[in-house]
Amino acid sequence: MDFLLTHLVAKYNFWLYIILMMIGLYAMIAKNNLIKKLVGMNIFQTAIILFYVSIGSKRGGTIPIVEHIAGGGEHAINPTRYVNPLPHVLMLTAIVVSVSTFGVALALAIKIYQRYKTLEEDELLTRIRES
Amino acid sequence: MTGNYPALLVTVPLLAAFVIYGCSWLHKRSCLFMALLGLTIPFAISVALLKKVLINGHISYHLGGWDPPWGIAYELDPINAIVLVAVTTVALVNLIATSKEIETRFSDRRGAFYALYLLFVVGLLGIVATGDLFNLYVLLEIASITGYSLIAMGDPARAPLSSLNYVFMGTIGACFYLLGVGYIYIMTGSLNMADVHALLPPLYHSSAIVVAFIFCLVGVMIKMGFFPLHSWLPNAYTYVPSPAASLIAPLMTKVMAYVMIRLMISVFSPKFVFSSIAASNAVVWLACLAIVMGALMALAQRDVRRMLTYIIVSEIGYIVGGAWIGNATAMSGAVLHIINDVLMTFCVFLSLGAIARSTKGYQIENFSGLFKKIPVTMATFVVSGLSIIGIPPTCGFFSKWYLILGAIEGGHYGFIVVLLLSSLINIILFFRIFEEAFFVYPKTNAVHTEGEASIAIAETPFVTLIPLVLTAILLIFTGIYSGSLIALIIKPVVSAGLL
Repeated sequence: MDFLLTHLVAKYNFWLYIILMMIGLYAMIAKNNLIKKLVGMNIFQTAIILFYVSIGSKRGGTIPIVEHIAGGGEHAINPTRYVNPLPHVLMLTAIVVSVSTFGVALALAIKIYQRYKTLEEDELLTRIRES
Repeated sequence: MTGNYPALLVTVPLLAAFVIYGCSWLHKRSCLFMALLGLTIPFAISVALLKKVLINGHISYHLGGWDPPWGIAYELDPINAIVLVAVTTVALVNLIATSKEIETRFSDRRGAFYALYLLFVVGLLGIVATGDLFNLYVLLEIASITGYSLIAMGDPARAPLSSLNYVFMGTIGACFYLLGVGYIYIMTGSLNMADVHALLPPLYHSSAIVVAFIFCLVGVMIKMGFFPLHSWLPNAYTYVPSPAASLIAPLMTKVMAYVMIRLMISVFSPKFVFSSIAASNAVVWLACLAIVMGALMALAQRDVRRMLTYIIVSEIGYIVGGAWIGNATAMSGAVLHIINDVLMTFCVFLSLGAIARSTKGYQIENFSGLFKKIPVTMATFVVSGLSIIGIPPTCGFFSKWYLILGAIEGGHYGFIVVLLLSSLINIILFFRIFEEAFFVYPKTNAVHTEGEASIAIAETPFVTLIPLVLTAILLIFTGIYSGSLIALIIKPVVSAGLL
């Protein structure tokens, strides 16, 4: 029970991202269809994005917009009140990266389909061997 | 102006890439000129930076004036600077040498090709120069995505599928690296390499840091094609169009090997890597396996281009092994081998691209009688081959020499045996090509070449030949001056990091 509380419940975000990552990895390894593999790849990347987003959050934290009251001047900012924005900002870049990887991969899949009229890996391999 | 060199190094080719793509709609002929300009400036800057670093020592450049732990810093030490020079030199020389082929082969897509070419170089330069872990990931993906696209422009039958397999493996690699960085960020709250390096020592016993290191390492090893994780490499580098082959094959894997050394020395510390993890023996043995398997698989190939891709796998084994032996001599050998291997692989792929003009294919049989037909081009191929084998005046010998010295010092005798064995296998690999090219005359297979019975000298055009010959001469000069290269550039940095 102790193990359950300290390792499973308290750190559920880690478990979620591990499960998602494994689903993605499984699809990339085991699926025969190239598009399914691509979807697996995207799940894999998204899992890591979610992991980053989750580590920035804080209990009771709010969005990191510092209020400036007119005439209030500089006042001390209590960082525990705000979630950490840095991992979220990093993930904006990572999302762009994952979109462009996905785009390139889809373009490649189109080229393969135009040539071989199939996206099933085993059929592709036999057709390559025949040609 | 000179103070902003590190930023200009990356931004000039980046801007040039966009301008070129715009130009390709308006005025196709100016693309090549813009691309040359966009690579000559970074080349000049990298040389100036190397000079500056050698005189003044370490340069730390803060992008946008933000101080390091918060902003992104570009760190330049002598090793960084020499790798930058190697990257810009190879990119520029390759563009000049293959410009003719690019213009004819990609006549309507040349804008896209040049833009991708420059973006790839941007990625590599950024990876080498950056001092920020997350920035490294972004630039790594810039280099990889442009690399995927360049590979896919090759042979339409096979290239897209090989490229897609590379996308899958490369993405897993990059994601592992990103995950490792995430763990480092959780533990230290910083992404700046120097800052992380300073914050880590009290955390070395933490399992999260060990996991972070392993994730980063495995990610980078996938990208560099280290033996059990190399499966994407041979196909991707075989079907890539030859002007891009001589850019990607020498640079991508070697820059990633450099990132590994960077992670080991300037993010983590040798003390952590070699004492806390204690995996150094295992990795060196894995590197031995990589060298042997790479050499054996190369031996099984009849296609010369494919053979060379397996030699790359083997060479990566040398670098990883040298880095993980864990003393300054072997580490210097590994860094020297990165630079030498960039030059050797570049020379061999460039001359292969030039040779392919006058042969029908890349099979060894196609090489028959080539010494008569294209003597100078074959001579450069021979020089690069000898360098990969490791014959004394060429540079390949000297890095192997340091690797062996380091291995003796570290007591890794298996590594020495494997290194010598693979050199012997390389001799077989290259001399069967030389034999075919020197002693077998095309008359014997006249059945195949009925149409063109003449063996007239059809030497490579000068625009390709001159860079090729210069590269071959550079191989020898790098070999002769490798002593001062080690003493001036590599040793000071490596011995500051290692015991």
